[in-house]
Amino acid sequence: MPKLTVDGKEVEVPAGSTVLQACEAAGVEVPRFCYHERLSIAGNCRMCLVEVKPGPPKPQASCALPAADGQEIITNSPKIKKAREGVLEFLLINHPLDCPICDQGGECDLQDQTMAYGGDTSRYRDNKRAVPEKYLGPLIKTFMNRCIHCTRCIRFLAEVAGVPELGATGRGEEMEITTYIGKALTSELSANIIDLCPVGALTSKPYAFMARPWELRKTESIDVMDALGSAIRIDVRGREVLRVLPRMNDDINEEWISDKSRYACDGLAFRRLDRPFVRKDGKLVEATWDEALAAAAEVLTKADPQRVAAIVGDQCDAESMLALKLLMAGVGTPHVDCRQDGAALSADCRAGYIFNSTIAGIDEADAILIVGSNPRIEAPVLNARIRKRWLNAGIPVGVIGPQAELTYPYDYLGAGPKSLQALIDGQVAFGETLRNAQRPMVIVGQGALARPDGAAVLAAVRAFAESAGVVREGWNGFNVLHTAAARVGALDLGLVPGQGGRDVAGILDGAEKGEIDVVYLLAADEIDANRLRDCFVIYQGHHGDRGAAVADVVLPGAAYTEKDGTYVNTEGRVQLARRASFPPGEAREDWKILRALSGVMGRPLPFDDLRGVRRRLIEENPVFAAVNAIEPAAWGAFGTPGELSDAPFASPIGNFYMTDPISRASRTMAECSGLLQAARTPMATGTEGAARPWV
Amino acid sequence: MSQREPAPEALQPESFTFSEAGAKRAQQIIARYPKGRQQSAVIPLLDLAQRECGGWLPRAAMDHVAELLSMPPIRVYEVGTFYTMFNLKPVGKHLIQVCRTTPCWLRGADELTATCRKKLGIELGETTADGQFTLVEVECLGACVNAPMIQVNDDYYEDLTPELMERLIDDLAAGRDVSIGSQAGRRGSEPEGGPITLQEVPDPPVVKTLDFDKPAEAPAEAAEKA
Repeated sequence: MPKLTVDGKEVEVPAGSTVLQACEAAGVEVPRFCYHERLSIAGNCRMCLVEVKPGPPKPQASCALPAADGQEIITNSPKIKKAREGVLEFLLINHPLDCPICDQGGECDLQDQTMAYGGDTSRYRDNKRAVPEKYLGPLIKTFMNRCIHCTRCIRFLAEVAGVPELGATGRGEEMEITTYIGKALTSELSANIIDLCPVGALTSKPYAFMARPWELRKTESIDVMDALGSAIRIDVRGREVLRVLPRMNDDINEEWISDKSRYACDGLAFRRLDRPFVRKDGKLVEATWDEALAAAAEVLTKADPQRVAAIVGDQCDAESMLALKLLMAGVGTPHVDCRQDGAALSADCRAGYIFNSTIAGIDEADAILIVGSNPRIEAPVLNARIRKRWLNAGIPVGVIGPQAELTYPYDYLGAGPKSLQALIDGQVAFGETLRNAQRPMVIVGQGALARPDGAAVLAAVRAFAESAGVVREGWNGFNVLHTAAARVGALDLGLVPGQGGRDVAGILDGAEKGEIDVVYLLAADEIDANRLRDCFVIYQGHHGDRGAAVADVVLPGAAYTEKDGTYVNTEGRVQLARRASFPPGEAREDWKILRALSGVMGRPLPFDDLRGVRRRLIEENPVFAAVNAIEPAAWGAFGTPGELSDAPFASPIGNFYMTDPISRASRTMAECSGLLQAARTPMATGTEGAARPWV
Repeated sequence: MSQREPAPEALQPESFTFSEAGAKRAQQIIARYPKGRQQSAVIPLLDLAQRECGGWLPRAAMDHVAELLSMPPIRVYEVGTFYTMFNLKPVGKHLIQVCRTTPCWLRGADELTATCRKKLGIELGETTADGQFTLVEVECLGACVNAPMIQVNDDYYEDLTPELMERLIDDLAAGRDVSIGSQAGRRGSEPEGGPITLQEVPDPPVVKTLDFDKPAEAPAEAAEKA
C-alpha cells in the first residue's frame, strides 16, 4: 500500500495503482483522453501530465506511472498547466473547429478540456489533415478528421468486446483508425465505442443531428431488451425517446450495454397501439376505452373460467403481471403462464430459476460450464464479463450446446443432453475441472430448458451441480440465464399454471381444439399467435405485433420507457424502471388498464395507486421489498428427472437484433439484422458501405 | 505519399497462399520464435509474402499471414501499413528508391530524381507502362558515405551521377548484369582514389600476462619472439 502526497495531501492507494488513480483518490482531477479505467493503459494522449518527485525533471504521464511509496505528486503547478496546454495545442493542430456542427458538442471531453487548457486562437497556419470517413456499420458514424488517436475504440473492441476489428493503420500523420476492410463491426457491443470516444470522431448514426444534450430530459431506468436489467439512461425530448445510454452499475453491466438495448428505442415510435380497438365484422376498428373495456369485461365474465387463459409477455413489469394474476384469480382460471418459450422452470424454488452466483460473481468464478446457451447473443454484456474473467484469470470454460464464437476459448463438450449425461457420468475431463474448482459455475440457458425434456435437463444439471460441488456452503454456482426481462419477476409472482392449469403449449393446443374460448395476452408476442384465431383474444400491449394481429380487443399499453415498473433481472435483483415519457395517444400504463378492466367486470383489484400495487407486490412475494438487492435463494428441489432426448440444444435467439416487439419495430435493428442476414448468406455481396442504401 | 494507400479492389487478388517453398520457409521462420510468441514472425512473413507477390503486399496475403499466425487480420494490416518497405500496391519489376535525406540531397539526389523522371517518363509514386520501373523517394538508407545513392529492390547503387543513373536504368531495362555498390569504382566505402589510412600492418595488441613475477614484455619484443 504505497503512501504518497498529491498536491500536499497524503493518500494511500492499493499496490499496483497508477499515479493517476492516486490523484483521483486524493480528489484531484487529472485531465485525460486515452486513459479509461476499464481498458488497458495506452499512455498516448499525454494529457495527464503531472510532476513527480523523486523522478525526472520533466512532467510524467500519470496514467502509465506506477504509484510508489513516498512520491510527491504536483498537479497544479504553472509548469504542469503549461505542459498540458502544450499537449492540448498539439491535439488541436489537426482537430477541426466544427463544434457547432458536431454531435459530440456539449458532451465532449476535448471541448471541456479545451475550456480549461486551450488557447483562444490557433498558432498554426498550415492545412489540417483530412481523413476519409470510415464505414463501421449502421450504428456508428465517423468523422475521422476529429480523431485524436486515443485508441480507446481499438482497445475496447479488442479487450472488452473480444472482436478485434478496429486498428490503427499507417504511421505518423497518416495514422488512421479503421477496419481496413470497410465492413461493419460484428460485435453486439460495438456502439459502446461511441460513448468511449472522447471527441466527436465516432458518433451515433441513428441519433445523428437529432438533438443537443442540453435539450434532453434524462431519466435513469432499467433496460428490458435482455434479462440482465442493465442500468440505462433514457434521453427524451418532448414525448420522443431519442436515445438510450448506459449508466454505471458494477453489479450488472459495468458501463456497457448491448447495441439492441441502445438502439431498439426508435422502435418505440413505430407500429404503436395508441388507441383501443375492437374487432367488428372481422376487422379491428377504433373504439373508446369504455367500449373496449366493456367488450373485454363481457367475455371475461361470461366465459366458463376453465375456458379462459392468460399468457404473460417477456417485457412486462411486475405491477401489470400482478394485476393480471389477481384478475385471472378473480375470473377463476388456472390457465396462466409466463413461459412463452415453454421453458421448464417452476416457480416453486427460487434458486432453480435465478442466476444464483450473481453477475458480479463471474469475477470470482474459476471454472464455468455453459449449457444450452449462447451468452454472446442472449446477454452480450454478461458474455463480456465472462471474457473479462477469462482474460484476467484464464479460467477454463466448457460449452454444451450451440458451438458459437463466444470471444473466449472454450472446451466444446458436445451439442446436446448426451454430452451432458457423459459429463455427469464422469466421462469428460471437464467434469473434473469443475469438481476441483473453488468457485465453479454452471450457466443453464433457455436453449436447454425450452424443450420437451427441459425439466429432465434441469434435474440433471441440478444433480450434477450438487454432486460436483457447484452448490456449496457460501457459494451457489448454479445459474439460469434468462432471455426475457419479465421472466424472473413473473416466476416470483407465481405466474405459472395452477392446479390442472394449462401451460402456453396447452393453451395454444386448447385454443386450436376449441377447448379455450378466451385468451388474454399481456404483451405476449413470442408465440404462434395464428393458433389463437378461433378464440376471443384480448391483447394488451404497446406494439401492433403478432399478438395484436389476432386480437378481438386491443388495449393499448405502455412500453418500458413509459411507465414506472418493477423488473426482476436474471439474478433475481429487483430494480425500478422509471417513466421517461408518456405512452402515445390513449395508451395507458398497464396495471391501470387491468385495474380499470377489473372495475368494469365488477371485481375491482385491491389497489388504486402505484404505492398500493407495490405494497401488494411485497405481500405477494417479499423479495419485491428489497429493491436493488438480491436475497440469496434457498436451495431446494426443482426439475423432474426423466428421459433425456438426443436433440441438440439450440439458442433461443436466432437473430440478436430482433427478439421482441420493440426491436422488431425498430428501423435501426432492421438494418443491423439485414447485415446479419447478408453475412449469413454465402452468396451475399456488397457488405461494403458503398453498396448499401443506408450509408 | 500515395504509396501508402492500399491498391484498389480491382487489383487485389481473391486469395493468396504461400508457394510450397514459401510455406516451408514460413514454418522455419515461425519456428525461430518461442511457443506462444509466433506472432513475432509477422514482419518476416509479410516480407516473404511480398516477395512471392511480386514486390507488393495484397490484402489477401496479409490475411493469409494472419491465419498462419492466428492473429486478427487487423493486427497484420496495422503492421503492413506501418512499415514503408511493405508496398501496398503493385510496383514495377525494379522499384527505384532514391534517397533524399540531407547527405544524398547535398550530393545531388534531386538531379537523380529528375533524371529518373525524365528517363522513365513517370512521376514519383508511378510505375512505367511496361511494368518495369516504379520510382519513389525515400528517407535515409544509411549509405551516406557514398552519397548520392539509390536502392533498387534489395540492392544499393552508390556514387551516382545523372549519367551513371541513366546507364543503370538502361542496363536494368535490358536485363544486363549490373554491379551493385559504388558505381564510381570505389571499393566499399574507401575514400576516393584508394585508402589513405591504415596502409601498413598495425602492431599486434599488447599481450598481458597474469604471471606477476615476470615483468610484462614490450610489444616489440613479443613480436620478435613470435
